[in-house]
Amino acid sequence: MTTRDIVGPLLLVENVSDVTYGELVELEFPDGTVSLGNVLEVNEDVALVQAFEGTRGANPSQTKVRFLGRGLTLGVSRDMLGRVFDGLGRPMDGGPEILPDVQRSIHGSSINPTARDFPDDFIQTGVSSIDGLNPLVRGQKLPIFSGSGLPHNQLAAQIARQAQVIGGGAGDFAVVFAAMGITFEDADFFMTELRQTAAIERAVLFLNLADDPAVERIATPRMALTAAEYLAFDCDMHVVVVLTDMTYYCEALREVSAARKEVPGRRGFPGYLYTDLATIYERAGRVQGRAGSITQIPILTMPEDDKTHPIPDLTGYITEGQIILDRALHRRGIYPPVAVLPSLSRLKQKGIGPEKTREDHADLSNQLFGAYARGIQAKELALILGEAALSDADKAFSAFADAFEDRFIRQGEHEDRSIEETLAIGWELMTLLPRTELKRIKDEYIERYLPGGAETAEETADAEEVTAAP
Amino acid sequence: MAELEQGRIVKVAGPLVVAEGLARSRMYDLVRVGDEGLMGEIIEMRGDRASIQVYEETEGLGPGDVVVSTGAPLSVELGPGMMGAVYDGVQRPLDALKVQSGAFLARGVSAPGLDREARWTFRATVDAGDRVEGGDVIGIVQENEVIALRIMVPPGIDGRIGEIGSGTYTVEETLGTLVADDDTEHALKLMQTWPVRIPRPYRRKLSLAEPLVTGTRVIDTFFPLLKGGAACIPGPFGAGKTVAQHQIAKWSNAEVVVFIGCGERGNEMTDVLMEFPELTDPYSGQPLMRRTVLVANTSNMPVAAREASVYTGITMAEFFRDMGYNVVLQADSTSRWAEAMREISGRLEEMPGEEGFPAYLGTRLAAFYERAGKVATLGGPLEADAEERQGSVSVVGSVSPPGGDLSEPVVQNTLRVVKVFWALEDRLAYERHFPAINWLVSYSLYLDKITPYWREAVSDEYRARRDKCMELLQRESELAEISRLVGVEALSPEEQIIMETAKSIREDFLQQNAFRDDDQFTSLVTQDRLLRVILLFHEKALQAQAEGAPLKEIFDAPVRERIARAKYTTEETDVFSQIESDIETQLVADGGEAGEV
Repeated sequence: MTTRDIVGPLLLVENVSDVTYGELVELEFPDGTVSLGNVLEVNEDVALVQAFEGTRGANPSQTKVRFLGRGLTLGVSRDMLGRVFDGLGRPMDGGPEILPDVQRSIHGSSINPTARDFPDDFIQTGVSSIDGLNPLVRGQKLPIFSGSGLPHNQLAAQIARQAQVIGGGAGDFAVVFAAMGITFEDADFFMTELRQTAAIERAVLFLNLADDPAVERIATPRMALTAAEYLAFDCDMHVVVVLTDMTYYCEALREVSAARKEVPGRRGFPGYLYTDLATIYERAGRVQGRAGSITQIPILTMPEDDKTHPIPDLTGYITEGQIILDRALHRRGIYPPVAVLPSLSRLKQKGIGPEKTREDHADLSNQLFGAYARGIQAKELALILGEAALSDADKAFSAFADAFEDRFIRQGEHEDRSIEETLAIGWELMTLLPRTELKRIKDEYIERYLPGGAETAEETADAEEVTAAP
Repeated sequence: MAELEQGRIVKVAGPLVVAEGLARSRMYDLVRVGDEGLMGEIIEMRGDRASIQVYEETEGLGPGDVVVSTGAPLSVELGPGMMGAVYDGVQRPLDALKVQSGAFLARGVSAPGLDREARWTFRATVDAGDRVEGGDVIGIVQENEVIALRIMVPPGIDGRIGEIGSGTYTVEETLGTLVADDDTEHALKLMQTWPVRIPRPYRRKLSLAEPLVTGTRVIDTFFPLLKGGAACIPGPFGAGKTVAQHQIAKWSNAEVVVFIGCGERGNEMTDVLMEFPELTDPYSGQPLMRRTVLVANTSNMPVAAREASVYTGITMAEFFRDMGYNVVLQADSTSRWAEAMREISGRLEEMPGEEGFPAYLGTRLAAFYERAGKVATLGGPLEADAEERQGSVSVVGSVSPPGGDLSEPVVQNTLRVVKVFWALEDRLAYERHFPAINWLVSYSLYLDKITPYWREAVSDEYRARRDKCMELLQRESELAEISRLVGVEALSPEEQIIMETAKSIREDFLQQNAFRDDDQFTSLVTQDRLLRVILLFHEKALQAQAEGAPLKEIFDAPVRERIARAKYTTEETDVFSQIESDIETQLVADGGEAGEV
């Protein structure tokens, strides 16, 4: 067995026998360092090996390659809670080795679609722009699309800290955190946040930081999800998995693909990026007959804030919605800077309503969306024509949009709003609009929940005059 | 048949396996790979080396592993037991797999497409001695309360019925014989098989005339699809494509629905699986699953099976068409199918066409959509006085253009072959205008074909009203640009009324809430009625304005709120008459000096 070529993270090994696709490989470089890899392709007696920890120090003549006869696995156990691992699942917190309950392939198996249970338990994150408008449910995968310099880490940490299921059946809770290519500072921020609330005891962390080998990142989210599946479906826990940053993950995939000289798809990313991402994101969910669940919050930074870039684009096609952060809101000092209009939670219809949140939730959130969209339009119009050119109704909507951003979207990093508080703010904002414009809300809810009850019509007329004043 | 040929793997690269020693196998033959017997299909041959796309995860396979050719192409089993079933891309019943391997799909498990144990009551409708040919109905299996499965002679054989008996049979048992003219005897069974990549034969294609009613107003009135036609829904993510498709599956007036979840989300399939059994088919009063076949190959299931799934689905659809049913097939999403083709093509190291897609992308897409259509089937008519048996397959394919870019190859190649385009737009979805179908970009080339039907079944003015509304919407988009620049006040009163009416069309007609019981379905007659009310307001508003009524009073007329809510009043025509008389009184009386008209 000899290594012939070394190209980037790949080694071409000749004269191999009994090698299988996906097999785990141990590499020993001339300086004695030992690292891991796996088989990407095997053609007769030639194997293409991807080295997870890079090929620095390798040379063709003296590199020893051992095929281990099994795929890449992770030994999982309940004892992983509270521990920190590297990107390949080896403890890095100085603690003892994990005594695995069972070894699992990190690739998992697809959940049989007929065995899935539909996610419909509302998770209260305490963040109005999410709970009120784009609610998260157990078993959902809801990514945060962000850009460099935006507070996505704060938001993800806030969700991880505050997330709870209201009502009965709260169950055991755990957080699995997978860092791919982020800086030590970012990882440290999460650990500190989790430590402050003692949530670290319920957390498992997998860290592949910016200075760790890039190819290792391809294994990291799969390690994390293998641990999450064990906790969710063997230990009946409700697991929130934070994957950050998926952009670096995809770039690692591109690096390997380029080294293999594969035909590239858009922006040089491999044609199988969609399928590959699906094998990660689709591991979220609930399974019939098991108490636990996996909820995923992947974070990705959009290059140049471009939503049509292949990474956010393909992610959006797999995940059940997206929370998009907006630079303009951030510049105006609004936290969390959630761009409400393009954000979406596809599963919200199932997670809200009577017995889940409240009967008026769906109608109210539709109306808030519609009114905010119209307010934004009115403000754009005012920019061109001046405030005075707006109709009375448009003025009301414009004022509504400002109040909405200031009171509904804006909240503190440690402010945990209950769903009732969130809805109450929404209804309060409704008083800024003429009642005839509340077309998306059933009359009975307007009567029941709109502050002011019967006299509302006159009140809104007043409000209109106030906002119409220069 | 020759003994099964056996080869050995020489190369494994992802879902693609190359094996040698398969010189006698043919393109698209089905093979079994490795000790676990994973299913695969030959997609390229060089000498005795065959490239095989494997329908399952290939980890653990290596050179030297055995490949056995089955000598037959990938086929589906057609017969009783398909209704309500959930299959993967190669017709493995997912329920049966769940029993075998639990909640997670294990490798190498398999189960036949049709249950071998189930017994079905067969009632023969022909007698011994009758002359039959391929496609002729020889009996009925009442599969459930909704669907009567017509058992047909498989295409390609004809002769006299030797013997036949009513009774209960499994799908494999012989229920009768057919004796060909050369005295060869064919066993007749409840089940037949058909290779998925070959369209099932029919007598001839027919031109289309009847609408596929969906109850979704923007579709039925503005951009209708015909039974046997093909439509395309693109949708950048978040535009509500899936909801639109579910609506069609739930409400369309087809007897059978085939839904292919091709490379889409697992939870979405779960949603269908959990919701359809709960839903009542508005036409039969029975659960919707009774007339539905699902093919579920989610995005994380093997990519090669995704490539096969659309063929599996459409072959099943054609089978029901051949019985004389109208079938609607939904493929969600054909982009994922195209991507599967691209992935396999890349592994074959083929020279790519646009954006890495294979050069044959356009051909494959066109060939797939061409399997839609209304046909005169093989075999005799269902009723003695009819001339022929007719059935149809309507195809609604969704595409998921990257970044919402409609110029990409999958969309462009699809638009060349489909006649209806429902342009879902995320911008409309942000404004919560659902269904987010852009009325200015979408089109239906079936309008002229459908008009005679509308005239007969709805009203003489329906088409004219629809066109009038389209014109108003078009005018609105032009006026909106002007008003953006110089303000609404700069428009003439007539133009302002046009803007208001167009807004009313958008909000009170086009917008439809799929999750509200009183809004999700509107019959054609009620759709026409709604248009009538909206246009009456428009006409009266113009009239009142001309006679001196101030615009503000017209726009603030109390009846407008009633118009806005008219769509929720479903099928009660009283409500419409009431609104209409209110329009007459309010718009005129409020105008002061206008007086009676």
